[in-house]
Amino acid sequence: MLRMENVSKSYTHRGRMVKALDSATLHIPAGDFVSLVGPSGSGKSTLLLMLGGMLSPSEGRVLLESSSVYDLSPSDRAKMRREKVGFVFQTFNLVPYLSALENVQVPLFLAKMEEKAQKDRATALLERVGLADRLDHKPGELSVGQQQRVALARMLANEPAIILADEPTGNLDPETSQQIISFLEEFHAEGKTIVMVTHDPHAAKRAKRTLRLQSGTITCQQADQGRQKLL
Amino acid sequence: MRLRTLVLREIFERKSQLLTSFLAILLGITVIVSIKNISYYSEKAVALEMDSLGANVLVLPKSSTLQDYYAADMQGETIPEEYVTQLAMSDLAGLDNLSPKLSMPIELQGKGFTLTGILPKSEFQAKAAWSGAGVFSRPIGCGASVGMMGSEDKKTLARKRVIETLEDNEVLVGADVATKLALKETDSLEVLGKTFSVTAVLPQTGTVDDARIFAHLHVVQDLSKKGPVINAIEVIGCCQEISKGLVEKINRLLPDAKVVTITQIADAQIKINRMMSNLSLMFLVIIIFVGGASIANYMYANVYERRREIGTLMALGASSGLVLRIFMLKALILGVAGGVGGYAIGTVLAVILGPKLAGVIVLPMPMLALLAVGVSVVLALAASYFPARRAARLDPCATFQEV
Repeated sequence: MLRMENVSKSYTHRGRMVKALDSATLHIPAGDFVSLVGPSGSGKSTLLLMLGGMLSPSEGRVLLESSSVYDLSPSDRAKMRREKVGFVFQTFNLVPYLSALENVQVPLFLAKMEEKAQKDRATALLERVGLADRLDHKPGELSVGQQQRVALARMLANEPAIILADEPTGNLDPETSQQIISFLEEFHAEGKTIVMVTHDPHAAKRAKRTLRLQSGTITCQQADQGRQKLL
Repeated sequence: MRLRTLVLREIFERKSQLLTSFLAILLGITVIVSIKNISYYSEKAVALEMDSLGANVLVLPKSSTLQDYYAADMQGETIPEEYVTQLAMSDLAGLDNLSPKLSMPIELQGKGFTLTGILPKSEFQAKAAWSGAGVFSRPIGCGASVGMMGSEDKKTLARKRVIETLEDNEVLVGADVATKLALKETDSLEVLGKTFSVTAVLPQTGTVDDARIFAHLHVVQDLSKKGPVINAIEVIGCCQEISKGLVEKINRLLPDAKVVTITQIADAQIKINRMMSNLSLMFLVIIIFVGGASIANYMYANVYERRREIGTLMALGASSGLVLRIFMLKALILGVAGGVGGYAIGTVLAVILGPKLAGVIVLPMPMLALLAVGVSVVLALAASYFPARRAARLDPCATFQEV
């Protein structure tokens, strides 16, 4: 489903060349649940952004369902994100002036869905994450856990095949983290492919397998049933 | 959810930030609308006032000087009567009326008066060629001569400088002449051996006209034995055309004559018009720079503040074009609101302040709404384009920078 072939990303910082990702090769089949772990600055987010068509590599190719993501035009790449990829952010990134319902409606609006259908679908999604009584609340009027659940509902709006979660439990207490991970497991059980960046070892263990990054290099892959060094 | 909802929600959520830009554009448009509205009615009022003064351009012999407007035809020098034909047949715009004159001193009952020959308008109209191409077949500008056209009251000569008809045996007498010679309407008067009937006693004007006896031009030409000549042509010229160079155009048409305008009157009009026009232009420049800079500054700050939101929208699948549209729609709303608000407030101010500042009654001008909204929208869109383009080109990775 998702493939990276010798992908490198480098940029210049104050005259010095910095390598954020170094010759990463990776295959994530459909229905996989992968956690990406590693110290800060190891390239986890860079890798996630590249998989989501948000950051072009300096070298190599990123393929989604056999089409090279960065050979697509910017508008086709936006369409690909809209239809196939769902993002979950550490800081939720909800639009502060829109209600929970309207936030979930945003991707549906981007997909040009009719307004009534948008409302029905957004309501159903918020009901699914237990926020049926918070439809008209703005993000500032919700707890952080509730905000992340709104973000999950928004991510599900266009039924993406791939979920890219960037520290989805980073700002949450253990109980709420548990709740969010359970939702991700539920989505995985429904057949979605999930790539999750996390610092939380408990959350990482809930994935089917774990990739470790160190200084821009994928150093090992650990299966959920044990640890196995691949690279 | 629609694009409009997304934009309006953001505007109302952060309205205090938008307020400065909105006020800048609102105030600018308000001032422009007020000035334009007041100046329009002020110009109209001055034009009507000018019209009531009578002729405002004189065509004189080359060597004569304009010492006294009302006595300009009494210097003895002459020009051919043919000049009247040339003016009447010309295509010059702004010639509302022509009044050729020939004057000669006369003595009646031991008292000195002036016999002045004038050409009634019926003489012009009698000539088919003239009425086909002449000044009287053209639309009348500045509101001049309206009311005189159908008037049969010969006393209008005192104010309008032109009369409708005048027979060969008819004279009009000035107020002083009537008093000194004890004349009244229908009396007979003998001048240089010819008997005339007094058809009207003109009202007092306080000028040399009060000592004049007006007869038909061709009769006076015969009595003076000078042939087809005249001393002056009084022209009622449209004020706007005078300011656009009517005098120079007549000068080119009649190079052997001297063309002068009642400069102090025309200048006052021109100065008022120019001042209003300059003020309006000045505010337009101010609004373009201050309003434009304010909007651009606000939009750049707004883009910077919303970069995470923009990144999120892009991550959710928004294209660059949609992001551009979000900001341009916001600018459009700002422009329309500023234009409509500026027109409304500017019109109310003009109606209230017009009578106090310019001494004229000012009425709302719907046409100014188009100008107000047009200027406001174009300005808001132009000032917002580059910030909007920056937003559309924003690196969506900014969304993830906290990690």
